Amino acid sequence: MRKLISLFVSLAVLAPVWGVGSAARAQQPQQRPREGAARGTSNAAATETLIRNATVLTITRGTLANTDILIRNGKIAGVGQNLKAPDRARVIDATGKYVMPGIVDAHSHSMSDAINEGTLSVTSMVRIRDMLNPTAPNLYRELAGGVTTLNVLHGSANTIGGQNTVVKIKYGRPVAEFIFPGAPPGIKFALGENVKRASSTVLPGQTRRYPATRMGQEEVLRDAFTRARNYKRSWDEHRAAVARNEKNLIAPRRDLQLEPLVEILEGKRFVHAHCYRADEIIMLLNIADEFGFKIRTLQHVLEGYKVAKEIAAHGAGASSFADSWGYKIEAYDAIPYNAAVMTRAGIVVSINSDSDERARRLNIDAAKMMKYGDLTEDEALRLITINPAIQLGIQERVGSIEVGKDADLAIWTAHPFSVYSRVETTFIDGDIFFDRQQDLARRPELQREREELLKAEVNRPPTEGGAQPGAPRRRPANHHDDDDVDNGEGDNHR
Amino acid sequence: MSLTTFSHVAARSVAHVVARSVANVVLRSIAHARRMSFALAALLLFSAAPITSAQQASSTMGTQFMSGTPGTYAIRNARIVIVSGADIENGTVVVRDGKINAVGTNVAVPAGAIEIDARGLSVYPGMIDLGTSMGLVEIPQGANPTVDVAEVGDMNPNAQAFYGINPHSAHVAVTRVNGVTSVLSSPSGGIISGQAALINLLGSSPQEMSVVPTAALVVNYPRAAGGGGFGGFFQQAQANPAEAATARDRQVEQLRKLLRDAEAYGRAMDAANADRNLPRPDADVVLASLVPYVRGERPVVFRADREAEIRAIVRFSEELKLKPIILGGNDASKIAAFLKEKNVPVILGGLFDLPSREDDFYDVLYESAAKLQQAGVRFALSTGDQGAEVRDLPYRAGMAAAFGLSHADALKSVTLYPAQIMGVGDRLGSIEVGKIANLVITDGDLLEARTHIRHLFINGRQVPLNSRHTELYDQFKNRK
Repeated sequence: MRKLISLFVSLAVLAPVWGVGSAARAQQPQQRPREGAARGTSNAAATETLIRNATVLTITRGTLANTDILIRNGKIAGVGQNLKAPDRARVIDATGKYVMPGIVDAHSHSMSDAINEGTLSVTSMVRIRDMLNPTAPNLYRELAGGVTTLNVLHGSANTIGGQNTVVKIKYGRPVAEFIFPGAPPGIKFALGENVKRASSTVLPGQTRRYPATRMGQEEVLRDAFTRARNYKRSWDEHRAAVARNEKNLIAPRRDLQLEPLVEILEGKRFVHAHCYRADEIIMLLNIADEFGFKIRTLQHVLEGYKVAKEIAAHGAGASSFADSWGYKIEAYDAIPYNAAVMTRAGIVVSINSDSDERARRLNIDAAKMMKYGDLTEDEALRLITINPAIQLGIQERVGSIEVGKDADLAIWTAHPFSVYSRVETTFIDGDIFFDRQQDLARRPELQREREELLKAEVNRPPTEGGAQPGAPRRRPANHHDDDDVDNGEGDNHR
Repeated sequence: MSLTTFSHVAARSVAHVVARSVANVVLRSIAHARRMSFALAALLLFSAAPITSAQQASSTMGTQFMSGTPGTYAIRNARIVIVSGADIENGTVVVRDGKINAVGTNVAVPAGAIEIDARGLSVYPGMIDLGTSMGLVEIPQGANPTVDVAEVGDMNPNAQAFYGINPHSAHVAVTRVNGVTSVLSSPSGGIISGQAALINLLGSSPQEMSVVPTAALVVNYPRAAGGGGFGGFFQQAQANPAEAATARDRQVEQLRKLLRDAEAYGRAMDAANADRNLPRPDADVVLASLVPYVRGERPVVFRADREAEIRAIVRFSEELKLKPIILGGNDASKIAAFLKEKNVPVILGGLFDLPSREDDFYDVLYESAAKLQQAGVRFALSTGDQGAEVRDLPYRAGMAAAFGLSHADALKSVTLYPAQIMGVGDRLGSIEVGKIANLVITDGDLLEARTHIRHLFINGRQVPLNSRHTELYDQFKNRK
């Protein structure tokens, strides 16, 4: 019961000012335009927004001073000086501020009610999109860090994991509106310690799941793709027979596990492969070459710097941490120069979070890459914008500020690579999903509401006869969600 | 073959292929096993072997890497951010005998001094992180032989970090080359975890690194959720709240009794020393180790985040006349006025934690430093990390500044404030004559992630800007 009350409070507090879902949105009172900033700062379907006089980090076309951005119907309609907008437009004066594209996080487990279906070694049949939770509070906290797109991945418990989903963080909207339209489908693979279940306790009488070694991981891949190839052939033969108008045909039995693997063989599904050590990276690239498919991204790829030329030769992208290291044995050779070495080798590199916490400060993780290996500012900016967009196949829509692209962007108080900067406003498809001034303005009211709720009978403190509350969990900054061994406790089990 | 011989042979046989630091790991794991049977020791060696096989680094950085180069130095033409006062534009810092010898615009360069032209560069005091377990943990997950952070049992006041710190840990150099030059390294187990050591991040032995070898008692204050402080984080809440509360009260009582015993022991010892006719208590290393803490001569670091626990700790400390410091302190800003009134300092370890409650405002932890500052609470910023992420300390200070803390206070919160909280404000934390020469020379703002560190001094010794990470980078960056 207390949980219910607390959920109610949280919805009240965290539901953005424009309401939860379209029905709620319709009932929301119109926000008053805030002083000095603009006309019509509410999100109530302003079809045009003009951001004036900002420093614009376009990513693909350099940095533009004193520049306006015109947003119309959710798209970037203009980038230039002295742009004109109709009277009804929302106008935001961004003098002294910076605008960059919404950050794309190529490795997230946000809004996942489960991370791993780890009972089998090949779970290509399960789908992340079946258990997305659009009300997870951390989504709002990520928006406040300028993040707009997430690659929500299955965990790393098994060699071939589940199907991923790319989302835009349309917090407050129904889950269907989160799904990134037209993003190519993908799947999670994983290698190394997590797949071995190296840190899991095997109870007496329990059998260890195969594979328990890197040898077994290679074999699982070889076996799965051999079966997928056979399955593809049976369907190809069947379709050919249908095309020949043969009679009395019996179609092969559908196999939901092998279908996604056939899509991989046909180049229709991206492989995002969790890996650490140089040797397992090479193993994976070789087996992919042998079966004739591409690894779209190597995820984490902490020893990628040791085998950068092999990765470049295969054509895989690399999505890594900025400087996480040493948290387990296979991360002991991780170095913060990884992104720079791989970038110099011609690999499309991104910096990801793998953490609801870390996602909130990917701008600083990218900034570090100017120190570690001396990437240029533009190269470092690409690591969290256009490069991850390329890796996810959505670069025509997001990742840079260009006319015609989705209006997914954030206004920062200073250069986003400065530790002193802060996000002021985050847009997705031209709508505001985070605005600091609106957030601050709501706080007194929410505080009053919270105090009222705390007076409720069910919230009576234990010292006055109420139930003992569960302790809030400390959620430390250095946690990698990927390593979670849970099979379904979700967001509260990090 | 004796066990010692065996370990030497084993170390030699792997020495060609593994990093020196990793060989140390093997050696240390064998040292741990000395009391075990030979077979067990051998087993440990082989279980440690896969740890080493992944690592291909070699350590060829020489003695300067471990000990730095002592000498007399004159850092010239620099912007000097002394922290304790106004910046000095275009000044000189003289380093001599490990100390800061002179600072200013009109400073004579001593004959024979090694001059460093710092034109366009800035000199800062080294940063200090009080929330670490540096040197006590090499690899936290899946490599138990490399972990020395938590003793067995609830009450271990005499477990001293000083005796567990590995000076050759890769974390030491990785951390210092990012400008963090001193840390408090704390054990973490049980209720009384042990004693923390305040160390400089340079030296071949804990003795060389030491600033204050037994700097604080570390306590996980018991809580109803089971265990205490961060320790409780990993434990399930007990099913019955009343039982949980009783268990907590019992643990607090246990803690109180031990501290009272130590107080009595100290008094009895003093009395016996003063009057030979009085009976002398049997020496007790555990009680003896607690005496300076129950007398308020040294601080007690309590790990706690929640408001109720912090209040309980302050009351408990008043009752027992302890000198408390809160480590963690995620809820501290909610009771800032109370902490100010009681003059209890806070080491904020959770600035980058996700807010623990669904209905917390998104920036509740980002702005906690500013709130403590406004209320006049003494505080320092920390990573609260065992080792690998301690180098992120400056960016936490930057985030605190983005959310209300002044730039000057943000810098102090990772330099002078932690020094003052640990009672070494006269030795560390700012650039003043007579202080330990821990200096970081940068091409920009120390707290910015883009800034490069150009020179580093610890204990007045120039330290190469190498680490396990630069070494691996050098090995592979030009691989064709």
